[in-house]
Amino acid sequence: MTRVLLFGRLSDIAGWREKILDPSPARLSDLRALLTADDAALGEALAAPGVQVALDQVLVRDDAALSPRSEVAFLPPMSGG
Amino acid sequence: MISLTDQGFDPGPLLSGFCRGRAETGAVASFTGLARAEGGETKILELEAYPGFTEAQIGAIAETARTRFDLQDLMIVHRIGQIAPGEPIVFVATAAAHRRAAFEACDYLMDYLKSRAPFWKKEHGPDGARWIEPRAQDHEDIARWA
Repeated sequence: MTRVLLFGRLSDIAGWREKILDPSPARLSDLRALLTADDAALGEALAAPGVQVALDQVLVRDDAALSPRSEVAFLPPMSGG
Repeated sequence: MISLTDQGFDPGPLLSGFCRGRAETGAVASFTGLARAEGGETKILELEAYPGFTEAQIGAIAETARTRFDLQDLMIVHRIGQIAPGEPIVFVATAAAHRRAAFEACDYLMDYLKSRAPFWKKEHGPDGARWIEPRAQDHEDIARWA
């Protein structure tokens, strides 16, 4: 299973913050395709410039293989302070 | 020390505590950011973090600052959750042998916290809620350190 987390405006667009996908998609690109097939507006938002991805709490820029216990977080532009 | 808290904090005692027992420090600089009311447009500011990841990313920013400015110590306290206008949202303190490094490190840390630390900020106002994203000014601010 893969745990998917959405932050900021992404969770408002999707209407959820956390989702478990079981079985796990093989790769990050498969996960994106799955989420996009389910919700085109979310798919578009996830692909927008400035949205970063953390795989098991490490930022990844490219496609990556998912393990059966991966945590994937989609992070829109950050704003603290 | 880096901490995230969903409780209000008073920057005064944090600064006093940070200054204590520093015979070799010479300079402490601090910054306190307050939530703005924006003329009544913001009733509540809501800050979201990614537990574990947010602390780790801030830790990495802090380590870079420590090395770059030769800091002796630093402290970052950041609110999460719901924050009312006028309440402190962030506190940064830096300790160095001399003032320039302490000032600059404080400035650097704030620029990175504004647009590189994993926080997401939602403004709740009379006409609903909206997510705040970094402004052009925030990107220009951080580019100064390249």
